[in-house]
Amino acid sequence: MSGEDFQPGPDRFPPTRRSVIEAVRSIDAEERENALEALCAAYWKPIYKYIRVRWNRPGAEAQDLTQGFFLELLERELLAKFDAKRSRLRTYLRLCVDSFVSNQGKASRRQKRGGNVGHVALDFAAAEEELGAAAMDPAAIPSPESLEEFFEKEWLRSLFGLAVEELHQYCVARDRERTFRLFEAYDLEDNDKISYDQLAKEYAISVSDVTNALAWARREFRRIAFERLRELCGSEEEFQREAGVAFRSHPT
Amino acid sequence: MKFLSDKTLEYLREAAEIPDLTGTRYRLMERVARGGMGVVYAVEDEKLERRVALKVFDAPGADRDLASRLIREALVLARLEHPGIVPVHDVGTLADGRVFYTMKFVQGQRLDKYIESVASISDRLRIFLRICDAVAFAHAHGVLHRDLKPANIMVGSFGEVLVMDWGLARLLDQQVRRSWKVADPNDTIFEKPTQTGNSNAGAVPPSGRTRHGTVMGTPGYMSPEQERGDIEHLDARSDIFSLGSLLRFLVTSDSQASAATARKQRPDKALNAIYSKAAAPNLGDRYPSVPELAEDVSLYLDGLPIKAHQESFIEKLARFYRRYRFFILLIGAYLLMRVLILFFTHR
Repeated sequence: MSGEDFQPGPDRFPPTRRSVIEAVRSIDAEERENALEALCAAYWKPIYKYIRVRWNRPGAEAQDLTQGFFLELLERELLAKFDAKRSRLRTYLRLCVDSFVSNQGKASRRQKRGGNVGHVALDFAAAEEELGAAAMDPAAIPSPESLEEFFEKEWLRSLFGLAVEELHQYCVARDRERTFRLFEAYDLEDNDKISYDQLAKEYAISVSDVTNALAWARREFRRIAFERLRELCGSEEEFQREAGVAFRSHPT
Repeated sequence: MKFLSDKTLEYLREAAEIPDLTGTRYRLMERVARGGMGVVYAVEDEKLERRVALKVFDAPGADRDLASRLIREALVLARLEHPGIVPVHDVGTLADGRVFYTMKFVQGQRLDKYIESVASISDRLRIFLRICDAVAFAHAHGVLHRDLKPANIMVGSFGEVLVMDWGLARLLDQQVRRSWKVADPNDTIFEKPTQTGNSNAGAVPPSGRTRHGTVMGTPGYMSPEQERGDIEHLDARSDIFSLGSLLRFLVTSDSQASAATARKQRPDKALNAIYSKAAAPNLGDRYPSVPELAEDVSLYLDGLPIKAHQESFIEKLARFYRRYRFFILLIGAYLLMRVLILFFTHR
């Protein structure tokens, strides 16, 4: 039996999405716009929260800076300058945010930026609420290392949030809404007391059906999250590293 | 978008990592450990009604090159049938696209934990000899382990010693590779991807071959040539270096009993000479093969002169005394009795 017999075949996974870094350099304007939208969808919340916490800016100003940052990203073609061999996209964007906010403060020439970037709705009220829910006290994160961790966690929260949302749509499209509800009840709610038995009774199905549904939902969640992640990385190597950050709760 | 709390994030990270065993004969029990390249779970083989260990590759499933390395680890293990090497039962791909293999579930302790309860140097050396036995067997079949360390040795509940985690193993020579029917005769198996950021160096080589300069292993147990990434000069003596470091660990680390009495293990000159020769920085100064290292350890255990150390007259006497202590003491006691009898009968 050869090793190739067990290789994960291309039919197992749908074609992977193109990296935003590649797409943003495309000559196709629509592709460029889609790439920026994907980037914005994954990063606007971490960036907004980061500006609030790291730069201690009030909500309204942080909103303005967040939108301004994405416009700057577009205008100055900052993504085209990103080199995947030198750093992670996440780190690069954080440093760009630092530079952007710092320059805005120094020059005091901030302009009121209107509207959202592309078609991504920026729900700042929800982000503000989350910031409160996460109980992040700016005074409690003084060191640069903590800020890096903070940004990483918010990025992960955003990535997983998008993956959950996409999983929901995926389930709806396949008439598997009950599967999503089971996943939501067992994996997404902070309820330690819920059991497979309880869910089986609640939905009038067998425990093995609950087990299978959850296994399917987790598998799809993992696949979607990896796809999203691959899209947000500049290279395969970066993807492997970021996948390690995202999914290995106990690093070697 | 639903807000995910920190607790939910952690839960999702773990839940997404759980192998999807749908369609397999296995039922998940618990996570046991994380080894080179993968996570090990305890699962129940529902057909044979027994517990086995399932190792699943933890990188993203779409990475063919890395996934193929776990398969090759399984293939290496499947061919190394030896009581000191954990046997493989099955290999395949899970529904989530990740590669897995199952192996014997070893109930026991890691060597570093186990020896805390073993105070006797002789008992520790006997464990070491069994490790040598398994490694020598692998070498004889053309496989280098390359990551020998206490954490990769398990001691079972019946005292069986098993060498684990062959994730960095490498085939020794062309002839052996051909006999193993590996597709590419130059393949070095199970390389971990490097994390360096300079141009192309960080990328996983497309063929899975080890490039000159790739560093793998564990500091403290890794030979200098491994540390340098000098792949071309790796041979059995690189594992012998690790065995020497392992021997040093075994004879110098304290057991619970000695720690309680604040008595430090102090290896004598002969043992010191054995592990120093095995872990010599220069490749040519080491034992040429594992059996020769094991032979020296056996000679030491039998109280015979070892090859790694030239004894002085005093050391010879001390060894002679240690070896025949019982008879020497018996004769001494007999002579003392005779002297006392003579003394009292002639008063």
